[in-house]
Amino acid sequence: MTDNPVNTEPESMTIIAFSGDLDKLWPTMILSSTAAANGMDVTVFYTFWGLFPLVKDDVRITGYDAMTKMLAGMNAPGMKKAKLSKMEMGGMGHWMMRKVAKKNNLMPPEDLFEMAKDMGVHMWPCQMTMDLLGIEPDQMVDGLGEPVGAATALKKMANSNISLFI
Amino acid sequence: MSDPKTTVDAKGQTCPMPVLMTAKAAKELASGETMLIEATDNGARSDIPAWVEQTGNELVESSEDGGVMRFLVRKK
Repeated sequence: MTDNPVNTEPESMTIIAFSGDLDKLWPTMILSSTAAANGMDVTVFYTFWGLFPLVKDDVRITGYDAMTKMLAGMNAPGMKKAKLSKMEMGGMGHWMMRKVAKKNNLMPPEDLFEMAKDMGVHMWPCQMTMDLLGIEPDQMVDGLGEPVGAATALKKMANSNISLFI
Repeated sequence: MSDPKTTVDAKGQTCPMPVLMTAKAAKELASGETMLIEATDNGARSDIPAWVEQTGNELVESSEDGGVMRFLVRKK
């Protein structure tokens, strides 16, 4: 049997979810849910482009003026609409990746997100990004924590055994 | 050896599902009770023992037969 290469026993993990790309959402959801399964206290802080995936699927446009609305349109809010960061090929990339994932029984990030929430992972939206992009609390998915700022996220990271920026 | 209290059928499931299903099943166990985890994902070969170590439970025995890995785990 393979030895576990991890010789410390982390009890807390914080992930800064900065990217809204599909290829980054997968590791965020896999690591956060698995860490919770390992009995760790897990927090994911969603900031900048990472906040768009938390917008409900039926909300197409967020923002308070022409430019923030245009940014929302370009970034396709909602986890199901997340694109690949590379070789997206006008929509082909994420479509193919999801198809390959399904064929190999890898759960989509939106399902892993729900599992992570069920397992007690704290999901913190970034207040500043919400204000910046004009994303309203009622436009975001259920089960999120109170919006917080960088200092709160840093305090959590300072007390975490593992901190990741994805 | 006494029969496991529950069996986790994670065959066909891929990372991270075998571990998530195992953790979920463990919540239903009382201390000292055992569960049998069955998995086919190659990652589970190291992931289930890693989960056991991380959570302080006990890997009673493990085996592999015809592509199916079996882990007997006792809750601490």
